[in-house]
Amino acid sequence: MALALGGYFSSASNVFTGSLIDLQFWFSSRFVALQDFLTAPRDVASLRQRNAELEADVSRLQAQVIQLQQEVGETQILATLVDFSRANPENVYKAAAVIGRDPSPFLHFVIINRGSNDGVLRGMPVVTDQGLVGRVDAVIADAARVQLITDAASNVNIRLQNAEKDASLVGSVTGDVTLDLIPQDATIEVGDLVLTSGLGGGYPPDLIVGQVVNIRSRDFDLFKQATVQPVVDFNRLEIVLVIVNFKPVDITPLLPAP
Amino acid sequence: MRNLVAAPVILLAVIIQSAVVSRIYLLSGIADLPLVMLAAWALQEEVNTAWQWAVATGLLVGFVSGIAWFVPVISYLIVVVLAQLLQKRVWQAPLLAMFVVTFLGTIVLYLLSFATLRLSGVPLPLNDTLGLLALPGVLLNMLLAIPAYAVMRDLSRWVHPSSEVE
Repeated sequence: MALALGGYFSSASNVFTGSLIDLQFWFSSRFVALQDFLTAPRDVASLRQRNAELEADVSRLQAQVIQLQQEVGETQILATLVDFSRANPENVYKAAAVIGRDPSPFLHFVIINRGSNDGVLRGMPVVTDQGLVGRVDAVIADAARVQLITDAASNVNIRLQNAEKDASLVGSVTGDVTLDLIPQDATIEVGDLVLTSGLGGGYPPDLIVGQVVNIRSRDFDLFKQATVQPVVDFNRLEIVLVIVNFKPVDITPLLPAP
Repeated sequence: MRNLVAAPVILLAVIIQSAVVSRIYLLSGIADLPLVMLAAWALQEEVNTAWQWAVATGLLVGFVSGIAWFVPVISYLIVVVLAQLLQKRVWQAPLLAMFVVTFLGTIVLYLLSFATLRLSGVPLPLNDTLGLLALPGVLLNMLLAIPAYAVMRDLSRWVHPSSEVE
């Protein structure tokens, strides 16, 4: 005891305790390994269950992400439209979602989810933040049909911003938009901006329609023609604005009878 | 009572046509789901209500579309006439009859639409209409004909279960 207290057995004690610890570690590790082995099947089952739960969570979250992305997209569009309406305070707008297209391939019409209950009337112009879309062709209580400017029967009086000349914008069955009745003396160039003129009372003036992309001029023709690239992407119309304070003028009685 | 199944089917077809099918372009052509479904329905042997379906579908499409209401009504009635004629002649090859009715029905619909719009003063160049609109539309309708026939055959058997037992 006296020798031990005096530290004479410390080296032998260290060797002994070290061996004990090693032995304990060996037993412990083997036990844990054995325990893992014996409990493994239960863990696999619980892991599979957990995995299934997590996969379900991932699926739910992915659906949520897609929904949120869609809502973000719609919010961005609405924010842009709000900015546009603030920048044009002279007009009163009513936002509407595009819910369908005309079943006939001959016609370029869209159906919106606002109707006479929301103050939408026949003839009202429809725009987006980018430019002119068309005008309301028919209205029921909660929906309206809008004739796009790309429709073959559409005819919009426009002015060329740089040339300060009036012309007529017509659609086609393929959705291409052409400028017609451009005076031969008009100086137009590719890239010129096309705006509504307001003549005829069908549309308010100075709405952006598109840009000239191609000019056809022949000496023997009475008028020049030009192809226009509309600023609005008509294949991706989602939300539009109806100008509800615009009263279209019906000039039909003033036109000479054929 | 079994004829009431027409109402939801026609409504659904026109809604899907306006909301989905009309946004899927091949050049400038689109498929006509109500026409194809009507052709498939009229070709089912046990069906004798195709006339009512044609008028109802035509009126509904005419209401939604900007085209004159009588164009889809007349076209769909002609589709039913064609189907009734072919049903008794090529009864052993119903899918072939389906293709023929779809093809001819689409052509009739396009001809009537073209004539009506031209008469009302809409400038429609024949070449563009034929190449970019009519031919792709016919092709899309033919592609739609097979699944539409299968769906309407199942619907017909569900609506008329007694004829299947016989």
